[in-house]
Amino acid sequence: MIAAASRPAVAGMYRLQFEPAQDAWVLLYPEGMVKLNTPAAEILRRCDGRRSVDDIVGELEAAFARTALRDDVRAFLAQARERGWISQ
Amino acid sequence: MTAAVVKPPFWLLAELTYRCPLHCVFCSNPVDYARHGEELDTATWKRVLAEARALGAVQLGFSGGEPLLRDDLEELVAHARGLGFYTNLITSGVGLTAARALALKEAGLDHVQLSFQDSTRELNDFISSTRTFELKSRVAAIIKDAGYPMVLNCVMHRFNLPHVGRIIEMAERMGADFLELANTQYYGWAWHNRAALMPTVDELRDAEAIVMAHRAGSNDHMKILWVSPDYADAKPKPCMAGWGAVFLVVAPDGLALPCHSARMLPGLHFPSLREHSVREAWFDSAAFNTYRGDAWMNDTCASCDEHDADHAGCRCQAFLVTGDAAATDPVCRKSEHRDRIDAALAGAHQREHVAAPLRFIPGATKGAGLVFRGNAMSLALSEPALP
Repeated sequence: MIAAASRPAVAGMYRLQFEPAQDAWVLLYPEGMVKLNTPAAEILRRCDGRRSVDDIVGELEAAFARTALRDDVRAFLAQARERGWISQ
Repeated sequence: MTAAVVKPPFWLLAELTYRCPLHCVFCSNPVDYARHGEELDTATWKRVLAEARALGAVQLGFSGGEPLLRDDLEELVAHARGLGFYTNLITSGVGLTAARALALKEAGLDHVQLSFQDSTRELNDFISSTRTFELKSRVAAIIKDAGYPMVLNCVMHRFNLPHVGRIIEMAERMGADFLELANTQYYGWAWHNRAALMPTVDELRDAEAIVMAHRAGSNDHMKILWVSPDYADAKPKPCMAGWGAVFLVVAPDGLALPCHSARMLPGLHFPSLREHSVREAWFDSAAFNTYRGDAWMNDTCASCDEHDADHAGCRCQAFLVTGDAAATDPVCRKSEHRDRIDAALAGAHQREHVAAPLRFIPGATKGAGLVFRGNAMSLALSEPALP
């Protein structure tokens, strides 16, 4: 599990950008691309190495008027780390 | 049977030049490359990149030949990055100094793929007919020091398959993020050298077992891609993920192509991007529509469960082996020409075993029966174009 105080960042291998042709945020890497769904994109856009996991959860709860997103965010970040998308 | 839904190109491979300091015996450039026209100028490349990006292309490879021989490479990288491409440099490493690696980084280059020929100086230099082994090792360090993701690509054949374990260890030592072990695909120069490069099925299986063992036993982060040797695996590759489906090659002279090799197919007139837009070439040209979808397939492929996955394999391979570009890919067991592939594989068994490590003696090149890529050989092997 990702610690609440850790400050994840998109790993150097990847570039996050919005693709108009896909109408989606994508992760680009050598010779490939991952198309992200909206929750994944909203989390990864905030992984800048400065925001903590708690900061990210707080922002998302405020932005989408939701509560109790912490477990979902941490579960996604654990997966993202497993895939090498983020470092912390 | 379904009509092709034509999506925009996802991948643009910009072959900036056919000039190359190396002379690799498996080069995928056309054998008659020395007869092709002038390279596109900077302004035309910029227009092509902008048009492809506007259609939705995302991945951009700068390739060749050796793209570092273009002194406008930094300018093209900066332009491409400004357009939003993910930019890949596919290089032999010759010419990649620390200063140039940093200049390209500042221009926005995302990733470098460095080719290697072997884990030993002798075989690297022999296969490329140059003295480049130490240089490539230095360049690998330069790439990592500059902070790039690095893919190492090694084309595999009978001469270096016995070294696969050492090639993997070398790639790990160099800090590669990804190692592509690209079993030789027989086009271009490799087609001319097919008999000399062809490994036996046992040599392939031994090497593959080492790759699998390494994958299972390793917990480090380097990923290894083992490109299927399709002659031995008897499985048609989903070539380019389908003709004119995702992949657009632009040759140095501006010809738009669905793959590296298709310009040698007879009867197809590929559009030049000097006269046509990328949109016209990709969507409207007869050549790009010839083998799109599955309406063109013969009964063997059209009735096969696999054709949505493998797109009936490779048109260039079908043409080279059978003389008919619309034939079933001959590596397939369902092909009436599979016996020609089996004969090529059987030929590999009839040679003397290659001693490993190889010993290089005067005349070894001639003895190995290899044709090295080069301008003089290109002219000798091809006919002048009709006026």
